[in-house]
Amino acid sequence: MADTTETPGLAVQSSLTGGLLDRFRRSSEFVVIPLLALIVSGILFSIFLLALGKSPVDFFALVWRGGFGTSFSWQNTLVRAAPLIFTALCVAIPARLGLVIIGGEGALVLGGFAAASIAIPMVGWAPAYLMLAVMAIAGMLAGGIWIGCVGALRHYRGVNETIASLLMFYIAVSILNFFVEGALRDPSDPNKPSTKPIGAENMIGVIPGTDVHWGLLVGVLLCGLLYLLMNRTTFGFAAQIAGGNLRAAQAQGLPVGKLMVISCAIAGACAGLAGFFEVAAIHGKANASLIAGYGFTGILVSFLARHNPLVIVPVAIFLGGIAASGGLVQRRMDLPDATVLVLQGLLFVMILVSETFYGRLPFFKSKGAA
Amino acid sequence: MGDDAGLMTVLLAMFAGAIRVSTPFLFVSLGEMLTEKSGRINLGLEGTLVFGAMSAYAISYHTGSPWLGVLVAGICGSGFGALHGYLCKLPKVNDIAIGIAMMLFGTGLAFFFGKPYIQPSAPRLPSISFGAWSDHPGIRQALEINPLFLLGIALAIFLWWALKNTRYGLIIRTTGDSAPAALALGINVNTVRLLSTMVGGFFAGIGGSFLSLYYPGSWTEGLSSGQGLMAVALVIFARWNPIYCFWAALLFGAAGALGPALQSIGISRGYHFFNAAPYILTLFIMIVSTSPRRSLKGAPGELSITK
Repeated sequence: MADTTETPGLAVQSSLTGGLLDRFRRSSEFVVIPLLALIVSGILFSIFLLALGKSPVDFFALVWRGGFGTSFSWQNTLVRAAPLIFTALCVAIPARLGLVIIGGEGALVLGGFAAASIAIPMVGWAPAYLMLAVMAIAGMLAGGIWIGCVGALRHYRGVNETIASLLMFYIAVSILNFFVEGALRDPSDPNKPSTKPIGAENMIGVIPGTDVHWGLLVGVLLCGLLYLLMNRTTFGFAAQIAGGNLRAAQAQGLPVGKLMVISCAIAGACAGLAGFFEVAAIHGKANASLIAGYGFTGILVSFLARHNPLVIVPVAIFLGGIAASGGLVQRRMDLPDATVLVLQGLLFVMILVSETFYGRLPFFKSKGAA
Repeated sequence: MGDDAGLMTVLLAMFAGAIRVSTPFLFVSLGEMLTEKSGRINLGLEGTLVFGAMSAYAISYHTGSPWLGVLVAGICGSGFGALHGYLCKLPKVNDIAIGIAMMLFGTGLAFFFGKPYIQPSAPRLPSISFGAWSDHPGIRQALEINPLFLLGIALAIFLWWALKNTRYGLIIRTTGDSAPAALALGINVNTVRLLSTMVGGFFAGIGGSFLSLYYPGSWTEGLSSGQGLMAVALVIFARWNPIYCFWAALLFGAAGALGPALQSIGISRGYHFFNAAPYILTLFIMIVSTSPRRSLKGAPGELSITK
């Protein structure tokens, strides 16, 4: 237990004085521990499958084939990864400030709804690029204001952000349902209550040569941009300080409230953008299909990536691949589609448990600090 | 005259709805309340609830005894609680995040094992008729009350009494208010929290069994409409008081029944907002009653969500 009492100050000192190898050892901790957690959950899941009389080798081979084996499965994977990137950012950015936002799904739903409804009066006369730009801005604004409110409530009223964002998810869903089944319902669609379609000619196309829409590329760029913002700017540095020690940040005169509200608004805008892409590239209108759980899987993605925007991209692709392989696993192995959920849940639990090992495994200690 | 009849229908439907829908809320919120009283939050009760619903239905189907199903649901729930409690005591592990993960895990397991039980029909829990005195079919129907509802009321009163007056109640409250104080008294904080989470999970499992074995009364994947998550809000709303939990559960149940009731008499506009009423209400209460400088009145001092 003496290991855990090591102070950060000492660690910094030793990494400065220690050799290159030593520094490599410390930073490798952030790669090795999550990988170990992945492997352990793989083993536990294999035991789970064996206990049911199924072959884990078959399972992982099918996940590989269904998610990453062919160009078709890659495209399926990437289409699922795109919204996950955005919703994971919605968790990762506030997490720098120590906030746990779990209502990204609400911002996604509202973003999609705002994008679809602002497009309705524009159908017919506006060129596609103008319409898409307005839609994207509307989606980002809706999501940004929604989660920004969560940040403001947290700072100015002390309302817990986790619970508030969760409650606001339900409120967002009822706002969507209210309009979609009421004032904005498309009367020509008798099946599923939806807004009027934005029109096929206004939909976002795919990246040439693929079936993947542009949202993926935007998501990747956004991850890079937000990485720079959070790691290379004064804003990001201030946010990090506020996340590490709120009192110290306040004592330094940092505008903690502003940081919180802006970070949350950026996060919400990301999730709103996910909603925009779901509408503009997949559904073509807003309806209950927007509530597909991307916001909740995004939480898992962000935690797996340790809230690092750059790592979010591969993790989102990884989880998108697992989700994409669900159908194949279901057909070939006669396993229910929830198998993927079990694996995701197990992964999530293990990755959180692995947090406990940081700074406690002797291998990663530099000799100076140990 | 017609308005009166309409109002009567709505009130009766809300009353019936409150009794019918509130039971899972009541059990889950009592479980969550107990866990939070010991200073830890379990956001994973949604998973526990869904798994409880599935296991109760499966057991009832195989054995023909719904009550055995209720018991097994409770035991499964305390299993999830034990896992949550054990993992949270590891250093640097965040109880809120673990809760979200356990929610995903529990729901996943429930859907996984529940696939074969979507079609078959299992024996349901019986209800007790309290409405024999009335000629009104609506009132009679409203007073078909499930024993679990009565059990829930008894449990709420018992917990209220026990937390206040017993040694164990004092231990739980001390642990929840100040871990250092509990340590000084020689209380093992982790064990108390583990046990509280287990018992809380037991209640949540029972709440789930009500969903599949009484109302709506079958096992489907869309069975829970987030009751387990709402319970977290409900406990805050009820200020960690078991008796208030009961009233809050009734209120949430009635609010949920308001939309369909209004629809039945022809008012269909805006009922989505009535469905959202519990959430709006809880958010509103959190906004007006908290402040950045002090925590909520009645909140356990160790609780991460109110700090």
